[in-house]
Parts: sequence; C-alpha cells; structure tokens
Amino acid sequence: MDNTAEFTLPVFGRRDPDARGYFGPYGGRFVPETLVEPVEQLERAYYEARRDTAFAARLAELLKRYVGRPTPVWEAARLAAEAGGARLFLKREDLAHTGAHKINNALGQALLAVRMGKTRVVAETGAGQHGVATATACALLGLRCEVYMGTEDMRRQALNVFRMNLLGASVTGVDGGSRTLKDAINEAMRDWVTNVEDTYYLLGSVLGPHPYPLMVREFQSVIGREAREQFVALAGRLPDAVVACVGGGSNALGIFDGFVEDEAVRLIGVEAGGEAIVAGRHAARFAAGTAGVLQGTRSYVLQDVDGNIEGTHSISAGLDYAAVGPEHAWLRELGRAEYTHVSDAEALDAFKRLGRLEGILPALESAHAVAFACRLAPELGPGRTILINLSGRGDKDVETIRSGATG
Amino acid sequence: MSRIAETFKRLRADGETGLVTFVTAGDPDMERSATVLRTLDRAGADVVEVGIPFSDPLADGPVIQRASERALAAGATLASSLDLVARVRPEIAAPVVLFSYANPVLAMGLEQFVSRASVAGVDGVLMLDLPIEEADALRDAAVPAGIDPIFLLSPTTTEVRLRRAAALGRGFLYGISRLGVTGKRDSVAEGARALAGRMRAVTDLPIALGFGISHPDHVAEVGRWADAAVVGSGLVDTIAGASEGGDLETVVDGYVRWLKGESSRGQ
Ligand SMILES: Cc1ncc(COP(=O)(O)O)c(C=O)c1O
Repeated sequence: MDNTAEFTLPVFGRRDPDARGYFGPYGGRFVPETLVEPVEQLERAYYEARRDTAFAARLAELLKRYVGRPTPVWEAARLAAEAGGARLFLKREDLAHTGAHKINNALGQALLAVRMGKTRVVAETGAGQHGVATATACALLGLRCEVYMGTEDMRRQALNVFRMNLLGASVTGVDGGSRTLKDAINEAMRDWVTNVEDTYYLLGSVLGPHPYPLMVREFQSVIGREAREQFVALAGRLPDAVVACVGGGSNALGIFDGFVEDEAVRLIGVEAGGEAIVAGRHAARFAAGTAGVLQGTRSYVLQDVDGNIEGTHSISAGLDYAAVGPEHAWLRELGRAEYTHVSDAEALDAFKRLGRLEGILPALESAHAVAFACRLAPELGPGRTILINLSGRGDKDVETIRSGATG
Repeated sequence: MSRIAETFKRLRADGETGLVTFVTAGDPDMERSATVLRTLDRAGADVVEVGIPFSDPLADGPVIQRASERALAAGATLASSLDLVARVRPEIAAPVVLFSYANPVLAMGLEQFVSRASVAGVDGVLMLDLPIEEADALRDAAVPAGIDPIFLLSPTTTEVRLRRAAALGRGFLYGISRLGVTGKRDSVAEGARALAGRMRAVTDLPIALGFGISHPDHVAEVGRWADAAVVGSGLVDTIAGASEGGDLETVVDGYVRWLKGESSRGQ
C-alpha cells in the first residue's frame, strides 16, 4: 500500500467566484432579506479564517489526528480485471472518520462556527452522512446540534438517525414536500432565519448562497490534493479520468479540485439516473434540468415549466436532490467537466461487485461512480487509468439492500 | 401617481393605519380565491397582496406552506395567478401587489412576467428571495411598466442596505418585524418599533410592517410607527377554516372588519 502523501496545509483562495458569488452565470445569493446580513457575515468570517494560518493549522491537525487523513488510494485490480480495460484506483474517503468525505467540511465549518462565537448548529441531511459528520464535529467542539431530515430519508437511513442521537444531536423529521433532502434544507433555513443570532447553518454540500459553494469546495479540496500526489506516486503519472458521484457535488468538486488545472485529465461527474429519465423518477439535473434558482443559488434544477421544483428519486438518499452545485454548472459550461448518470440498478450492481471483488462495501452514492468507471474502463482500454472517488462506506445502506427496498 | 402611492397618500391624509392583506392565489382554488380577493377589497383592505404558490416556500411558516400546497394541488401556477388578478382587477379598488419567490418568475422570464403582470393590472411586486443585490433586472423591467418594485427589510438589514432599498424601492417598503418565517404570533415583536424607526430615518416612502400580525391590537400598535400593517397567516388560516364549509365571504369580511376595529367578532 503506497500511502506517501504527507499531510499539507489546506490551500485556500484559488478559483474564487466573483464578488457576488457567481461562477459565470451560476451561484449568487438568493436568500430572504433576514439572511442577507448573516450570509455576508459568514463570508467575511470565512475569508478572514482562511487567511489565518492558525485556523488552517488547527483544521489540518484535526484532519490528520481525528479524521485519520490522508485517506489512501487503493488500486482495485480485481474490479478492473472484471471490468476489462483501464486500471481502476479508489480514493478511500470511506475510511475517513464517520465513513464519508462529509467530515472534512463539517469540521471546517464547525471550527468557523466556534470562531464566530456561535453556540448552536443546524444542519440538513439526506443520507444521514452529513448529519452524522456534523453531530460528530459538534460533539468534539462542544456545540449544540440540531439536524433536519426528511421522514422518507429517516426511514431508509434509520441507522444514521440512531448514530446522530448517540452523538448527542437531536434529529427533527421533516414531513413537507417529498420528505427528502430538499425539504430538510428548507426547514434548516427556516430554523436559521429564526435563530440567526446564536445559530450557525452548517450546509453539507456545494449548494446554497455564496459563500457556501466556495467554502464547502475548499474544505473538500483536501481530497483532490492528497489524491493527486498519491496517484502520481503510485502510477507514475496522472490519471486519464477522475470519476465521482454528484449529489450536491461536494465530493466531486473536492477531488476535481486537485486536477482541474491538469487539462488532460477528464473530470466526470455521475448523477443519479434513478429508474428512468422521466420527471420524478431520477435526479439527473444535467440530463433533464434547466437553469433556475433553488435554496439560495442559481444552477441546474429539475423543475416544471411553471418553475415549481420537481420530485426526484434515487436509490441513494445522498444523490436524491433537485439541484446541483453552481460550480458544476459552470465547469460543464466551460467544457472542463462532463456529467453522466447511472441507474439505480447499475449502482446496486456496482455496490455488490465492489464487495465481492475488493472486500469494500461502498455507499450507494459512491457506487454510482464505481458503476460508471466500470463502464468507462473498457472504452478507455488497457494502459489507461481511472481514479474513482469512493466518497463513503456502505454500512448505512446494507439494511436497504437486505430488505430489497431500493429507496 | 401610482395606485399604491395614492392609497398611502389618502391613508396619511386621513391619519389612518392601512391594512395590507396577504392571501395565496388559488387557495383553495381559483374560483374561491377570486371571491376572497373581491371580499377583501369590499371589506376595506387597503392593499391586496397576492402570493404566488411555490413548491419550496422556505421563508414561510406552516400556515402559508399549507396554503401553497393546496393551491398547487388545485393546479395554480404563476400564469393562472396572473389570470386571476386580470379577472378581478376591474372589480376591486385596492392596489394589487404580487408576492413571489424568484424561481416561478425566472421560469416565466422577467420580460414576459412584467408584461403579463402589467396587462393584468398588477401595481407592485415583491420577491421573497431576491434581495436588492439580485433585483436590478427585475427593477429595470418593472419600473417602466408602471409596476412598483417593493423591497423587504429586516431587523438584520444594515444601514447601508436600508438606504439602498429606500433609493431603489417604489410604492412602499416592507419591514419584516421579526426574525423568522411567516406565521401568527401572540404579540408584535419587540424589534418592530426599532426597525420602523430605522426605516423612517432613511425614507419618506410609506412603511408597512408584517410577519406575525394577526389581531386588531397588533394593527393598532403597528400603526403608531408605520403606515400600514400586513396580515397574512391569520387571514390564510381563516380562509382555510371557512373553505371547509362556512360561508367564505361572510367569514373573510368579518375578519377584515374585525382587524380594522369595526367589529368585535373575529377568530
Ligand atoms: C457517501 C456520500 N457520497 C456522496 C454524497 C453526495 O453529496 P455530494 O455530492 O455533496 O458529495 C453523499 C451525501 O449524503 C454521501 O453520503
């Protein structure tokens, strides 16, 4: 196992959006008036914190000694042999403390909350991984924590609800709308707007009003920075393609960030194709969405002609969301990243395949990236390499799969 | 002078506190919504706010969320809400202000929206999640069409932004009297008076205060510092109760007159 990456300080301030938080025409700040000043305060606090080497050093320390970074890169030789063609490598975010990349962002923002003098944190969660990561960071730093979660997601990720409770967080079920991630974000924002004086909103992906899309990407960029160094050490070259699943898009931007300036490296985001690309039965925003404003940001959104947000479906709760992070829309428009989708059935198959061939049960979200990489490998052919971001582990999904309920 | 400006001029001349009423278009359906709008006007509402139903009303509390859901379930859209305004406009005297989230308006297209709203006889538009910084395009389209862009201000709004809103807003300025989402409350928020004072210091535009106002005592209290009080959830709740059987017109009429201090019955 080659795991030579030394832990380095985070690098902030590359590729900032414009002063109003736009990546090209995407992003911005579409919030109710009460949240404008809090969001601006957050922006100022974040820009201050990221210039402060003591803040970066404290985060680096936590990522190393608490999260267990760097997470390794593993060559999945048996998976590649069955797929046929390119060599496959996994960036093992599933091995990070709490079992997913979400902890990188949760710790960064929780440190910021403390720095801002906030005593209470609210968060939304879909799969429960961000909720668990936030509950963990709050336990560690002594912050009160309330997590909003759609009741449909609570049902399919019951284990994570229990984990959050054990970590001292309270979990509030959200019964509105589709009872999934989107509705949890609505409710978390309603809480924030009400309790804005002492409360920090710890958003879990590269979504929402500026500065969240930037801040969350920068906290996740540790993935790409490590992965690039590890990959080069292991394979002696850069990968031909980097593949990641895209819910809001934080694990994808985190790993893409390490390679975005390496023009020869293809960056591929994989959305949830669900049952079919038919309204209400998938979450592939780039396959069927249009530009719109949802929950504070302008990006690609699944909506009807009247501008109401459409229902979504995915076997994986973490990809089951109607909008995608604005920077993804921009990278796509620039032609720097490509986006595709994988169905529930393919993801499920990849989940099982990775267990059988590599002894790794991935999160169903991450299984989407694995499935696409297995499709791409024979296309690229031997001698080529694909780096997959294995964003999380699959323990939370075992019950869903055992009971045959596919979401 | 715009219809909104005239209304507030009259209120000031008469020394009266204006009543701004909010309802969701198409709740519980377009037919009854038309009845509600006519009744509000007849009962003496000074400004009629028409909420555009949206799938993700993140600035609203449960009462208006449910109203939005009922309206959407009955098929309401931004387009059909504009048709509703066009239909009732000739029958009502009060100015009509649309209250919307950004996405339905952006999906229709700003120009298309402004031209249809103008034809329908809309007097003002207020966008919940389109802060001043994002509102240039809307303002540039609305003002020439004779539609007043109305901005919301909150206890968290800074001095600089209060001034910007005062410079860019038309018709009136809307003060959010408390932190939080829409909904009925037992009392007027402590910060309401301070906000009205800060607004008054930077503008001559009329000031309406809303969020949490649902009782004639609240209206009277707010009237001491502002030109008008906005009542939303209390009215929407009343409509929800009435549409389950009662006589909608009688109930809405009674509620408005009660708010205006003209009758003792209500709730
Ligand atoms: C393991 C895992 N991967 C991916 C995601 C999707 O989020 P994002 O696209 O922000 O990485 C989630 C979200 O819950 C997750 O738990």
